[in-house]
Amino acid sequence: MGTTATEKEKLYNSGVLVENRAGAILPPQREWENKKGGYVIIECPQRIPCNPCATSCPTGAVRPFADINDTPEIDYTKCTGCGLCIAKCPGLACFVIDLTYGKDEAVIKLPYELIPVPEKGQTVKCLSRTGEEICEGQVLSVSEPLKDRTKVVSVIIPKKLVGEIRAIKVVC
Amino acid sequence: MRKEIETDLLVVGGGAAGLCAAAEAGRAGAKVTVIESDLHAGGQLVKQTHKFFGSKDEYAGTRGYKIADILMEEIESLGDKVEIRTNTTVTGYYPEEGIYTAMRGEDEYYRIKAKKAVIATGAQERLIPFPNNDLPGVYGAGAVQTLMNVYGVIPGKRVLMVGAGNIGLIVSYQLRQAGVEIAAVVEAMPKIGGYWVHAAKIRRLGIPILLRHTITEALGDKIIEGAVIQELDDKFQLIGQPRTIECDVICMAVGLTPTTELFWQAGARMLYCPQLCGHVPYRDETMRTSHPDIWVAGDAAGIEEASAAMVEGRIAGHSAAKALGYPVKEEAFKQYWSRLDHLRAGEVGEKIRGGICQVIVKGWEA
Repeated sequence: MGTTATEKEKLYNSGVLVENRAGAILPPQREWENKKGGYVIIECPQRIPCNPCATSCPTGAVRPFADINDTPEIDYTKCTGCGLCIAKCPGLACFVIDLTYGKDEAVIKLPYELIPVPEKGQTVKCLSRTGEEICEGQVLSVSEPLKDRTKVVSVIIPKKLVGEIRAIKVVC
Repeated sequence: MRKEIETDLLVVGGGAAGLCAAAEAGRAGAKVTVIESDLHAGGQLVKQTHKFFGSKDEYAGTRGYKIADILMEEIESLGDKVEIRTNTTVTGYYPEEGIYTAMRGEDEYYRIKAKKAVIATGAQERLIPFPNNDLPGVYGAGAVQTLMNVYGVIPGKRVLMVGAGNIGLIVSYQLRQAGVEIAAVVEAMPKIGGYWVHAAKIRRLGIPILLRHTITEALGDKIIEGAVIQELDDKFQLIGQPRTIECDVICMAVGLTPTTELFWQAGARMLYCPQLCGHVPYRDETMRTSHPDIWVAGDAAGIEEASAAMVEGRIAGHSAAKALGYPVKEEAFKQYWSRLDHLRAGEVGEKIRGGICQVIVKGWEA
């Protein structure tokens, strides 16, 4: 990418994930490509005292923590892509990406706590980890799984950008 | 006319720590009086619209203001055991007589005779000096949260946030939720001080976090019209060219310091502890200070997360109730300590651990 080690560290130190780290890794590619419903992606690389992703996971796919400060580890044989962790995570660090949606399209489910709330079918801007608008996506659904005002939005995005898109911007 | 009230346990401060201490002691059977200077109890919790971290025991995944509701319900379920007096400030402690003085609003003044006290007075915000920092538009982050999240008023249109600890990061997110633009977050350190996920959350909304940067001046005549920021080197010396940032609000989130006047008045043994962000009282494992009738809990004991403040409150309330002769479950004490140890075990807890070990004593001489 042409980013030097120092620049990478600086980005990471300001809250931007630049490469896989413990607590923030992408699923195994081959299984991921064929997994209907997708897999969870958690970007939580810092040891902090927090465990709702693990305690709220209905299938045990986010492995139980030995220490509350553990970073999350995923058992991909158990993840159904239900996305309950997306709504539960206080750090808004959980996403689900389903690569089986189309030939060149994937679906990302992400947490959303802003206004305006997008509507089904609406076109939204897709943002990178540094907030750049990198493409457009179409909203597939909007739900509020825990009825606690954190929305989970499913957006159809280009498959080639699944490693980059982590937020949306709704423009009216 | 001389007015005096009597209580078993006085809890000074109705925030996260104080409410937990009151609930714990009230459940054990003590008559508890909570004095809260604000118009409502809940302390900083009522302004926290984000979901809390921690485990289920600390209500992880629940928004802060909901946690305040949960604690208030717990206290209400104890019937008349716990009385909360709001809009009231404890103005002094007179150790010779064991009397606290309190003032409700501006004109009602009375004395409180309490057998024991938990002092959970929380913290005050720090500010840093720079030219024009007295202009209207320079806010503490707590004030911004009060305006927005308690009263529904936005402080301005475009904000420069100073400080990337958890408060700076969270308040930036909350401002963005309220539709306010964040020009930038500046942070003097080479790394964000708050949780990484809080930073990631605002970065992906396009909010820049400028590490090794500080504010050097506020611009404006009668109100804030901008700010000047500049880069810092490893020794925190200014380098590079100053840059002007357009903004109408400068929000300071540069740290807190414990509120400790009552401990000084009580003659409690104190230590200046940088890791805990100021002077704090020494305490034993039950959170009792060197004054045999006074306990400490929450940010007054050292700046930490609300989750830890709530557990400390439980420990102090538990121990004060026990000292008053009420039956308490001994195993609860161990459970609370195990929770505290877990909360402090991570990377961010390292500093706290370094501070706590300096101020905790094995026990007080009888």
